[in-house]
Amino acid sequence: MNVVSQVGTESKTSKENGIIMNEMSTSGASTAVVERPLGLETRGLHAWFGAHHVLSDINLQFPERSVTGLIGPSGCGKSTFLRMLNRMHEFIPSAAMAGEVLMNGSDIYAPEVDAAAMRLKVGMVFQKPNPFPAMTIKENVLAGIKLANLKVSNHDDIVEKCLSRAGLWKEVKDRLDASGGSLSGGQQQRLCIARSLAVEPTILLMDEPCSALDPGSTLRIEETIRELAEKITVVIVTHNMQQASRVSNYCAFFLSDGGPGVLVEADATRKMFTNPTDTRTADYVQGKFG
Amino acid sequence: MHVVYSLGDRIFRRVVTAGAVTSLLVLALIGLFLFARGVEIFRDMGPKFITGTNWTAGSGDGIIPAEFSIGPMLAGTIVTSLIALFFAVPLSIAGALYMEFFAPAKIKSTLVSMLDLAAAIPSLFFGLWGIQVFSSMGERWAALTSHYLGWFPLFNNELGIFGRSPFIAGLVLAAMIVPIITSVSREVYSRTPRELVDSCYALGGTRWGAIRAVVLPFGRSGVVGGAMLGLGRALGETVAVYLLLNLVFKYNFNILESEGGNIASLIATKFGEATPYELKALLAAGFVLFLLTLSVNMAATAVVQRTAKAQP
Ligand SMILES: Nc1ncnc2c1ncn2[C@@H]1O[C@H](COP(=O)(O)OP(=O)(O)OP(=O)(O)O)[C@@H](O)[C@H]1O
Ligand SMILES: [Mg+2]
Repeated sequence: MNVVSQVGTESKTSKENGIIMNEMSTSGASTAVVERPLGLETRGLHAWFGAHHVLSDINLQFPERSVTGLIGPSGCGKSTFLRMLNRMHEFIPSAAMAGEVLMNGSDIYAPEVDAAAMRLKVGMVFQKPNPFPAMTIKENVLAGIKLANLKVSNHDDIVEKCLSRAGLWKEVKDRLDASGGSLSGGQQQRLCIARSLAVEPTILLMDEPCSALDPGSTLRIEETIRELAEKITVVIVTHNMQQASRVSNYCAFFLSDGGPGVLVEADATRKMFTNPTDTRTADYVQGKFG
Repeated sequence: MHVVYSLGDRIFRRVVTAGAVTSLLVLALIGLFLFARGVEIFRDMGPKFITGTNWTAGSGDGIIPAEFSIGPMLAGTIVTSLIALFFAVPLSIAGALYMEFFAPAKIKSTLVSMLDLAAAIPSLFFGLWGIQVFSSMGERWAALTSHYLGWFPLFNNELGIFGRSPFIAGLVLAAMIVPIITSVSREVYSRTPRELVDSCYALGGTRWGAIRAVVLPFGRSGVVGGAMLGLGRALGETVAVYLLLNLVFKYNFNILESEGGNIASLIATKFGEATPYELKALLAAGFVLFLLTLSVNMAATAVVQRTAKAQP
């Protein structure tokens, strides 16, 4: 804990470029230190489902306006970790957690935080494209605004802007009143991205957003993610190592060997793929297990 | 192995088919029986059997001719059932939403199994309870309603007597059908895809926002189906209405006034001392009720099936 918070302060004042690796902490977690201000940071994060301890002591930093890939074998707790970053974890009845998630320096789990208002700033895209079936394309994009009762007048502008940012505008601009379900899988997923952008989040969490899509749609969405990262912080879970190397600036490798999942290593993506510190990381990114 | 398996399969299939055919056959036989016994009345009375307002057994010597028609009873059947739906549907939706989305996890499973049990026991049980509770309470509500809304014809009450009205019968019927409608609605709501609800939360929506945006639209046709199942029960309900309403052969759309009846209670009231010809009229009335409930139930099944198909 101590090490991490020190590092955190340092990273805010330091103007140096480049990435400095931190010492491995005793729990096995490591922390990437970067020059950019942090969009999000976790400190000593633990997760449980009932008595099952699934994540242990995760300390991780997400630099602003970058893409961080979360990688690791199935069941190591990536989705659980992602869902703790916007407090979706707490909707599961048996779920418990400990630790802090800092957004702009303040803990989103602090008692005075309104979870729904916080989630406006942290968008989420799920594995399976899931536009609201009873709504048109346009209504889908505006759903978040309606849900949160935001007062905006320029609905049409928002629809156009969000669909453009999600790379879907050209394909659907003539059928905004068609049902969201009438789109192809890849288009539906981009509609879901547009939907989460409408409430102007500063962070976007994506849980294997391309795993149900064809290669063409996947590339299209990766392009979208790169463009989004010019403005917002993106965290993406992926099983696809090529995707992780194509799309992310930083990578974090999670692993569970029977016990709770731990963060093995986190660093710049290029380093993770060419010269990782931990041999397990090297084995995993080279496809030796997983 | 393969042969044994497919033989078992075939036997199972035959048994199931036989069961389905038998129940259809029984249904058809009931309808046929009612129609065969009542057809003479339909021929004698014509369409007036449905619309007329007179039920006279006549004198045996034929000086006063027998005349049978069920207009007010048919109207009463529909009016009391609609009143029941009016109260039962919102209550059931609220209850189902509470159980699915607001009840603490610890008591939820207990609540759900209690509810499913309640939906399975005969509604008569809730009818008797409803009669106890609503006879006096409903009278007070009726008086208040008539006081404030009496200008509206539906709630007009000239005599100032509020007991034994279609309104109270409707309340009791509502108590009888709330369990089944709640149970069906909760079941439908519980099938809302988790990711859709999660998406609402992830967009900064509250629980209520998620319910409005996703759960209610998703469950709509299922709830309609459940309501129609309840309606089917309310239409055919005998005992509660028999005990509650004074059978009066007059169209009564002032639902707060003490007169009314429905077809089932008509049959129960008259059956004991009916002349042979009147008995046929009662069976003809039964046939009308049979058609009414059958079509409502068929519509309900169609709606529920359409919902099941529409969802991947
Ligand atoms: N709702 C839940 N209730 C109980 N246990 C759960 C629940 N969700 C996940 N778990 C458990 O938590 C652990 C981590 O699951 P998680 O879904 O986070 O893994 P993951 O890394 O996302 O896997 P995958 O790559 O397959 O998506 C697993 O052991 C899983 O069994
Ligand atoms: Mg996962």
